[in-house]
Amino acid sequence: MRFFEYEAREIVKRAGIPVTDFGFATSPEEAMAIAQRIGGPVVIKSQVLSGGRMKAGGVRFAQTPEQAKAEAAEVLALQIKGQTPRGVLVDPKADVQQEYYAGVVWDGQRKQPVMIFSPVGGIDIEELAERSPEQVSRRHFSNILPFSEFIAKEAIAATGVSGTDLNRLTPILTRLAKLFVEYDMTLAEVNPLGKLPDGSFVALDAHMDMENEARGRQQRLLSELRVGEQETRQAREATAFELAGEQVDAQDHRGVAGNVTEFDGNLGLVIGAGGGSLTLFDAVRAHGGRPANYCEIGGNPSVAKACGLAKLVLSKPGVDKIAVMMSIVSNTRVDIVARGVVKACLELGFDPAEKIAIFRIPGAWEEEGFKILRHYGVEYADRSVSLNEAARRAVEKIEGRTAGKVLA
Amino acid sequence: MSILIDAQTTFIVQGITGREAVNLTRECLDYGEGARIVGGVTPGRRGREVHGVPVFDTVAEAVEHHGGPIDGSVVTVPPAFTKDAVFEAIENGVKLIVIVTERIPRRDVAQMVELATLRDARIIGPNCLGIIVPDVVKMGGIGGPARNARQAYSKGPIGVISRSGGMTTEMSSTLSAAGLGQSTAVSIGGDAIIGSTYAELMPLFEDDDETEGIVIYTEPGGRMEAQLAEWVKEHSSRLPIVAFMAGRFMDEMPGMSFGHAGTIVEGREDTASEKIARLTDAGITVAERIEDIPQLIATKMKQRRAGAEVSR
Repeated sequence: MRFFEYEAREIVKRAGIPVTDFGFATSPEEAMAIAQRIGGPVVIKSQVLSGGRMKAGGVRFAQTPEQAKAEAAEVLALQIKGQTPRGVLVDPKADVQQEYYAGVVWDGQRKQPVMIFSPVGGIDIEELAERSPEQVSRRHFSNILPFSEFIAKEAIAATGVSGTDLNRLTPILTRLAKLFVEYDMTLAEVNPLGKLPDGSFVALDAHMDMENEARGRQQRLLSELRVGEQETRQAREATAFELAGEQVDAQDHRGVAGNVTEFDGNLGLVIGAGGGSLTLFDAVRAHGGRPANYCEIGGNPSVAKACGLAKLVLSKPGVDKIAVMMSIVSNTRVDIVARGVVKACLELGFDPAEKIAIFRIPGAWEEEGFKILRHYGVEYADRSVSLNEAARRAVEKIEGRTAGKVLA
Repeated sequence: MSILIDAQTTFIVQGITGREAVNLTRECLDYGEGARIVGGVTPGRRGREVHGVPVFDTVAEAVEHHGGPIDGSVVTVPPAFTKDAVFEAIENGVKLIVIVTERIPRRDVAQMVELATLRDARIIGPNCLGIIVPDVVKMGGIGGPARNARQAYSKGPIGVISRSGGMTTEMSSTLSAAGLGQSTAVSIGGDAIIGSTYAELMPLFEDDDETEGIVIYTEPGGRMEAQLAEWVKEHSSRLPIVAFMAGRFMDEMPGMSFGHAGTIVEGREDTASEKIARLTDAGITVAERIEDIPQLIATKMKQRRAGAEVSR
């Protein structure tokens, strides 16, 4: 999960890394008050999760508190990539002599965190690493040994930085590495890290990404930052449909009806599990199908959960039919899913044979499942029909019907 | 032959009294020649039995009861306790650990993997279904109950490696239906950091006489496929590889996570299209559809054999 810049800076500050005297405002008046406190030129920065703020006009400069108020009012009203800003960050305009880069990320191949440092900051580090590799250093560090300062020193020294700068940068990078580990971050970045005229360093911007799986054990930090439990903090915020999907999943503890994601097509998908869903979603699109949603069911869901998910998808405006498809199941029971989706159709007053384009779930308890589907006249398929072929049949049914409508 | 496990492999199940672990134990005991599960561990439940398997409080007790080193462990404890369970297994001499548990934070996984490396142990998973040697033995929930596993898996020359547990079975079933059995199928797990990647398992398959070809299931996210492509180029492997790439639609949705925890696309090397290009460049065939895999791998294996004849 991503943090907003104002939160990321707060995290950096707590870790003992020097920051500017910034403030967070949700109204033009608050922004003005912060600018007054700062007492000089300020930068107003839109607080959205997407990048490209500068280009979109979400970063402004102001000389006086009155100007800060006016600029903040405009930035607060400006949507960036469909996102309404959470607020604005008001930052003193620092007199920066040089910008540096400091970051820590995971290296999945080495299976260790890696510290990245560059004396060239404020830019895209991946691009810089391609263009001028000698200006970017990397140092992996152990997951088991406590972090030791020499690693930061090596990373800094490897780029040619020495003297007082090296000694002043070392504790900053050390604290960054420690916060990365302590707070279960997947990305902890201070960029740029500015050097001021007096030779001290200050974080001018920060990016933090926390691992979703660790949210439970990072409750203290999250509640102190007032991050809501329902905030997904993905590239876009959850839609009402997606939140309803989460409720279906949370209704009981049996199985998973996860990752319900909204799309704008006409074919509702009740698909699973992880890999099967990815494969099926691709297959539907490859055959020209237009999915109304993505989801992952599995882990032996209850009848109620399968029914709840199917109902949610069937009730979505624009959905004509649903396709119920999974890779071969061994844990999930075919008959339970069949019962759930048929029940959903009946309770909504639909004919299952009409609404379910295809049911392709082979595996545990399939004979019992197929028996139910036969009874209601629903087209089903066993493992002899591939995931791809099942998706093709579903698309043919729905797009064929739409085409027929047009002709009539 | 096979890789990682065979009929002689002894293992324990940590968290054996949990509902899923009880089922998994039954499945492994029933499959093939019957797994040699020499004990189970659940703290506070010493003295019980699960399908005839004795339960202990600690791994040390299980080892003592067995009277010698135990080869493996299947770990099925909740995420918050997994690291401790895996450390316990490693420090008691277990060399092969299959972690079934999902939603373990990366920091914990990385710590487990680093300790395993120090102790010369191997981790498969987390968030995986384990290992199966068709008709011989399975270690983990892979393929489900014995009769379901028998339906999907059959003995033969293909090594299967998959980031998705379910798709391990789907692909093996497709291979079996086409008359191509599997030497060993490994569900390696869907997380961003896992104990054993494709490239880390390739040397084992390379040394396995029975294996003649490799089929892998891949997804967007991470550098695992790039690592495999590099490995293939550097080692002039005797084994032809066919890959299937799921989640191609994710390229249009950077920053969103689908499927498995490891699939979030964070950089350019992570995308499906980039991975397909890298794999293809290394001579790995990327199948468009799962049903095309048997024909593709059979053709490549035939070509390799013909090539080997000529060079002789």
